[in-house]
Amino acid sequence: MIAAHLPILQVVVPLIAAPLSVFCRRGSTAWALTFGVSIAALAISMALLGQVLDRGTLSYELGDWAAPWGIEYRVDAANALVLLIISGISTVVLPYARVSIAHEIEPHNQTLFYTCYLLCLTGLLGMVITGDAFNAFVFLEISSLSTYVLVAMGAKRDRRALTAAYTYLVMGTIGATFFVIGVGLLYMMTGTLNMADLAERIPAIGANRTLVVAFAFIVTGLGLKLALFPMHLWLPNAYAFAPSAVTVFLAATATKAAVYLLLRFLFTIFGTTFPTFEPTLTYLLLPLAVIAMFAASTVAIFQVDIKRMLAYSSIAQLGYMVLGMSFATVTGLTSTILHLFNHALMKGALFMALGAVVMRFGDATIDTMRGLGRVMPWTMAAFVAGGLSLIGMPLTVGFISKWYLVAAALESGLWPIAVLVVASSLLAVIYIWRVVEAAYFDDPPEGVTAGEAPPALLIPTWTLIGANIYFGIDASLTTRVAGEAARVLLGTAS
Amino acid sequence: MTATAALALSLLIPSVGAVLIALTGRHPNLRETVTLTTAVLLFADVVWLLSMATGGGPAPALMIGEIMPGLSLALKIEPLGMMFGMIASGLWMVNSIYSIGYMRANSEHKQTRFYVCFAIAIASAIGVAFAANMFTLFIFYEVLTISTYPLVAHKETPEARQGGRTYLGVLIGTSIGLQLVAIIWTWVATGTLDFTKGGIISGKVAEALVPVLLALYVFGIGKAALMPFHRWLPAAMVAPTPVSALLHAVAVVKAGVFTVMKVMIYIFGIDFLAATGASTWLIWVAAATLLAASIIAMTKDNLKARLAYSTVSQLAYVTLGGALATSMGVLGGSMHIAMHAMGKITLFFCAGAIYTVTHKTEISDMDGLGRLMPFTYGAFLIGALSVIGLPPMGGSWSKWYLMLGAADAGQLVIIGVLMLSSLLNVAYLLPIVGRGFFATPPDAAGHGVPQAQAVGAAAAPGRFLSGIREAPVFCVVPLCLTAAGCFVLFIYGDALYRLLEPMVGR
Repeated sequence: MIAAHLPILQVVVPLIAAPLSVFCRRGSTAWALTFGVSIAALAISMALLGQVLDRGTLSYELGDWAAPWGIEYRVDAANALVLLIISGISTVVLPYARVSIAHEIEPHNQTLFYTCYLLCLTGLLGMVITGDAFNAFVFLEISSLSTYVLVAMGAKRDRRALTAAYTYLVMGTIGATFFVIGVGLLYMMTGTLNMADLAERIPAIGANRTLVVAFAFIVTGLGLKLALFPMHLWLPNAYAFAPSAVTVFLAATATKAAVYLLLRFLFTIFGTTFPTFEPTLTYLLLPLAVIAMFAASTVAIFQVDIKRMLAYSSIAQLGYMVLGMSFATVTGLTSTILHLFNHALMKGALFMALGAVVMRFGDATIDTMRGLGRVMPWTMAAFVAGGLSLIGMPLTVGFISKWYLVAAALESGLWPIAVLVVASSLLAVIYIWRVVEAAYFDDPPEGVTAGEAPPALLIPTWTLIGANIYFGIDASLTTRVAGEAARVLLGTAS
Repeated sequence: MTATAALALSLLIPSVGAVLIALTGRHPNLRETVTLTTAVLLFADVVWLLSMATGGGPAPALMIGEIMPGLSLALKIEPLGMMFGMIASGLWMVNSIYSIGYMRANSEHKQTRFYVCFAIAIASAIGVAFAANMFTLFIFYEVLTISTYPLVAHKETPEARQGGRTYLGVLIGTSIGLQLVAIIWTWVATGTLDFTKGGIISGKVAEALVPVLLALYVFGIGKAALMPFHRWLPAAMVAPTPVSALLHAVAVVKAGVFTVMKVMIYIFGIDFLAATGASTWLIWVAAATLLAASIIAMTKDNLKARLAYSTVSQLAYVTLGGALATSMGVLGGSMHIAMHAMGKITLFFCAGAIYTVTHKTEISDMDGLGRLMPFTYGAFLIGALSVIGLPPMGGSWSKWYLMLGAADAGQLVIIGVLMLSSLLNVAYLLPIVGRGFFATPPDAAGHGVPQAQAVGAAAAPGRFLSGIREAPVFCVVPLCLTAAGCFVLFIYGDALYRLLEPMVGR
């Protein structure tokens, strides 16, 4: 009974909880509510993934309205995994947020924070689960608007959070507008908003300038939302000045949902036969991805604020994801989807470690990191482990991602790209090692005494580090789901 | 069953040892006991494995788990790995004893970190030795790089940091930038990474591209220090001497040339390389490295730097042996891994002993020290003879087989190169001994040596025996042991040959 309604519950539970949290008088009550909801969402997405792996694609009609008239939620291996990433990261972040947010946000704003957080969660889950193009826009806006607020709440620590949120608002709105213009053009030409219907009717229309324009608007709009180079300028400040818990949550989930939508639109809706599909991938996405890998990693090396450094690193990592999809092969898409999951784990852990530093010292510049290896040993050990994963050391998830990405490039005969991938990952060695050297070889400044972060921060951080290592040693589950998702997207599923 | 258990133990013993060392960090004596016990247990375990591997029957193998579909973490014993396992575990014991003497005499800081990293490095070296496929080998290879980094940068001075950066930069850069690409290329082309007798490449990669793939491998294995990727070795000289010994003899560079050999024998296949001539270019690169490094070594006045370049040169012998692609060349190169390990560890132990007593690092300052430290200098002479390749030391066997290999391959020029190189070895190693024994100390009136004694007395609680000022006993005993080892390897060269022989299928 309940099992049949899981797809809608995935979205509705956090949506209903959001206004309820406004009525909570104290931040801790709102936190408890949010945490409960997040656990429920995680349970639902695990159940959904299980069902999808057992029985294939699930379809759910909202209010029993059949597909073209009503909204359809469609769950297959691709979005089931992304749902799991979002709800899973949320569940790990919240125990961390309880202490970190209490420290970083004024008490009277804390209930509102959790309301926005729940709305953001709703939006991200909704835009991933829905099978309706316009519904995806609605959820995209819900998540974006709440994200702007969440970022702006970093203003207590640093007023620059306000300008960061404002820039993000402007850029994000442009992106969302482009997206909805594209969706509108699609509706004009096909008369439907259902993704499965769109996928059938677009090839039937064939080469049509309006469709090509729609394609361009959608790719650009989503490219902005996922911070594809050179449309990434909103991201570094937003990540650097948002409250720590928000940074963790956004870095691990928000851009991932946009990557997922881009995958869905490119591969399922327009399909590999669409006239501009191939040229866009080969001549636009692939070069931009490669430039992102190098440009953003190089910029990361020169950052003083380590949070900003990791933000630039995220842009480079998104380059890897876009690169994987630009091959349009099963291995390529597998690498993209694997990296969605793996990058969420590594960046989540790294930002959590930095958040602990920020909570203790008020910022996380390279100067603050000096001598932290002795001052906060567990936090810095987590940072090193997460950094090794980011570099792509064996026995961490980063290695699995890189293996698949390089294999995909070689399979497509693009060996120069394979060389570029490994070369750019060496840049990660440089920017991570700057921090490691400062933390372990420099002496802490005068007057700084050893003092570890509270367990409420350390336990979630190490949970993610554990996941980094676990899924790096036994990648059979993730590679299986990612491979399945790639085949679904390419339409070659068994 | 027991063989599988022994294999599992070979990884577990040093890993558990590392944890115990970390836990006993507050009690140095207990900590060192743990280190030594672990080392002895590991060596016993590897000897046990050796007896099983040579006793006939199927080769011991252990499947740890599958990481990605088709790519598993697995161990399997074969002759070359058995030899490397013996070297690593055997020399770790000796090196541990030496480390205790050296680290205490020089009052080095953060010794717990040092011993923990050492144990992890040995665990990963054992993993490299017993890996059943290239994937497993690569994983342990990278763990080895990471775990030795804190050892190289141990002193934390700006120079140590710079050295550590070069070390990490070159090793990670080559392994990820080149070797990983080569491995994934092999995987995409052949669908397997298992070490297979006769190789897996044949017929799977276009013949014109085989030399390219080989280049990605041999340059990607930065630990083999083939020029131009040799810079990390001299840079790593800033580390304490036991670390240098670990790098040069026990684990790191040996893991490098071992991997090169392994790739040539079990990934490419010797016959395939010989048939296609894909490794001919490598003969010349190795020969050039061999001579160039020897010549650079002659110009170095710093003892450890000279030994470092000597290592670069000697490693090129091993690569050369593989590149010749004849069974004699491969056997000679493989034996040279063991022979050079024993010789070079002796030389480094001696360099460390000299530093401990006199705090001298430059060869030109070491006049007359031989009379002060006869054991150390005697051992140095023996080690040097072995590295040069003179009987009755082990090194003569490997060079002998390398010559045979070059003759088999019809590379007469290489025979000349080998002879010339041996002469160069004489020229840069023996003068050190000569100066030690025969040169008059500066200010023979007693200004130089007593000063050194004064420094030494302050730094090291050494022995005082009628004018002899040796390093602490924990330093001297190991270097005498390894010097004796050079001689033992000469006598038992035949046994080593027979252990390795199945590798080339005779």
